Amino acid sequence: MAARHGSSLAPGHERTFVRLVVMVVVALFTTTIPGLTGDIPVDKRRSTYEQMSADTKAMQDEDTANPGMLWVLDGELAWRTRTGPAGRSCADCHGEASSTMKGVAARYPAFDPKRGAPVDIEERINICRTEHQRAPALAFESNELLALSVYVARQSRGMPIESSDARLTPFISAGRDIFERRQGQLNLACVHCHNDNWGQKLAGVPIPQGHPTGYPLYRLEWQTLGSLQRRLRNCLIGMRAESYPYGAPEYVALETFLMWRARGMLMESPAVRP
Amino acid sequence: MASALINVPAKAKRGEIIAIKTLISHHMETGFRHTETGVPIPRDIVTHFVATYNGEEIFSARLYPAIAANPFITFSTVATESGTFEFNWTGDNGFAATEQAKIVVE
Repeated sequence: MAARHGSSLAPGHERTFVRLVVMVVVALFTTTIPGLTGDIPVDKRRSTYEQMSADTKAMQDEDTANPGMLWVLDGELAWRTRTGPAGRSCADCHGEASSTMKGVAARYPAFDPKRGAPVDIEERINICRTEHQRAPALAFESNELLALSVYVARQSRGMPIESSDARLTPFISAGRDIFERRQGQLNLACVHCHNDNWGQKLAGVPIPQGHPTGYPLYRLEWQTLGSLQRRLRNCLIGMRAESYPYGAPEYVALETFLMWRARGMLMESPAVRP
Repeated sequence: MASALINVPAKAKRGEIIAIKTLISHHMETGFRHTETGVPIPRDIVTHFVATYNGEEIFSARLYPAIAANPFITFSTVATESGTFEFNWTGDNGFAATEQAKIVVE
């Protein structure tokens, strides 16, 4: 291709053209090499919690100061409330969440054999609702869905994130592809901030490594609780890329990859972030 | 939404300074925002917080639109006698919430 294009140029121009191409290639390589530094070494990984101010840390650490606990209390109530034509509550099948849901959120998104794909906690709750309770699915980011998912996630607080199901492998790599792909008007990939420049400042704010250890979490900027998908949407908008609709397989793939990337780190839900 | 989170020590020594922490669930709509079609969203905030200790007012605060959602108010007092703390929040559109907490002073 290059030769054919080149042949239409005068000889002198051809040389300039080749030199230009070489320069562009060299420039591309030198500028993208930082983007190819690869994953953060396991021992260098850290939760965003460590980059927060003492005040925000205190807010997360104390249950009576953590606004996320309002949703946890709601979720506990919803867990015991019978709903839908089946007249069943979550507790009727799953019993006490403190024992049956312990560690569950730490291994989600989990592979669902019926769908042949991973589902996240929010989707799992809606599957339970529509299939077993015969109740309508809850809307993404509604207080009801956030309450139930944070109540479940809370039962895994302090437990290490697990990602060992081999069936997740293709979805982890699909998530990695999105994570490493340049997109949006700013032509950025997730890795440019979260692998290569974590700890630096972006508009005065420290860039986190982006480990999903505390979702759903209370974000002071949102003044409410939000899911990991909301956070991902936020990042995509910041990159001026097109965001996916809630529940899109791309989000679930990203979530699956991010949980794999954070495997072994401790769950903090409900976390508080600035 | 769950209504409030309260943190009062269950026990204290007489004369001890204790910290009291309260968090009320409220969206604190400022009144300065508009909908996508330009219609102003009316103000809806908590305007007043009062704490009493065995019926006597020990702390109060006025709240304004600049206060974030789910206001977290913390203050300290001296534990004088066993009894009940009562916390009252009032606000726009007839908002009213009450919570109680007991303390044993030895």
